[in-house]
Amino acid sequence: MSEVKKFMFVNRKAPYGTIYALESLEVVLITAAFDQDVSLMFLDDGVYQLKKGQQTKGIETKNFSPAYRALEDYDVEKLYVEKESMQARGLTEEDLLVSVTVLSRAEMGALMDEQDVVLSY
Amino acid sequence: MKFGIVVNEGPYQHQASDSAYLFTKAAIENGHEVWRVFFYHDGVNNASRLTEPPQDDRHIVNRWSKLAEEHKVDLVVCVAAALRRGIKEENLAQGFRISGLGQLVEAGIKCDRLVTFGD
Amino acid sequence: MLHIVNKSPLTSNTLDSCLSTATGGDILLIEDGVYAVTRGNAVEAKLRAAMGQFRVHVLMPDLEARGLGDRLVEGVLPVDYAGFVELAASNKTCQSWL
Repeated sequence: MSEVKKFMFVNRKAPYGTIYALESLEVVLITAAFDQDVSLMFLDDGVYQLKKGQQTKGIETKNFSPAYRALEDYDVEKLYVEKESMQARGLTEEDLLVSVTVLSRAEMGALMDEQDVVLSY
Repeated sequence: MKFGIVVNEGPYQHQASDSAYLFTKAAIENGHEVWRVFFYHDGVNNASRLTEPPQDDRHIVNRWSKLAEEHKVDLVVCVAAALRRGIKEENLAQGFRISGLGQLVEAGIKCDRLVTFGD
Repeated sequence: MLHIVNKSPLTSNTLDSCLSTATGGDILLIEDGVYAVTRGNAVEAKLRAAMGQFRVHVLMPDLEARGLGDRLVEGVLPVDYAGFVELAASNKTCQSWL
């Protein structure tokens, strides 16, 4: 399949409370395997997906956060975090387990407009 | 125009599946093609042959099956999400097929528009 | 771009997030999102302000189902499912704010 489209994944949900974050990540990996142009946007509670130090033993659930670090191996390097969402949650870039580009709401909106396919979870 | 539809919630619990169905029907009635409907997350429960709503309620599963039969809509259930939730070939309703997530990505690539319904 | 919002603005920040992020274009309120376009609700002023920047549409079958078909804020554009399809077709992309 030679056609390349710009896929954006908009993550607005926190991990563990619901399965969306985990299953969304599965779509991201497959999309990258199809050699598409993939970017990930973390907005609102979605920012919590990237928090360092997740310890899931006590809830008997798999800690899937290391997978965000593996995205690089799939050539998924465009990770965007929305600034106000991060600040509103008392977080800074230091708290995140991968390196990201921090953007304002307006910059995020402009980026959305450039996409061919937007999948939101 | 070629549409792809994504359904992320199960039937009856959330309106998503109803909205997706009514959108799909309207798209077809207005001369568009719905190339594929992809069921993900709890959306895979839309494919359970064991669904038995009360007589006076709409039959969401059969409604999808009928659409597949009459308009050749490709109803694809994500295998990983389905196995997690106990949806297998043996309880799969007519017109649905189980396949990989690649089918969702393919819909994104091949369709002119991808419309998602969920929570 | 078409932005679809399906959450009540009184219980969720989804509409807020959409309005402060999206650059313009079409917004369609469906399912529980339709409560945003009813007269007298707490976010009516915010919605009216947004109407300067966006074309705001509502899926009428969802509004009518909720008993609020006669409370539509003036200037909001009512559509049926065929209108929803038309909006999706006329915009290059569509995002469901889930």
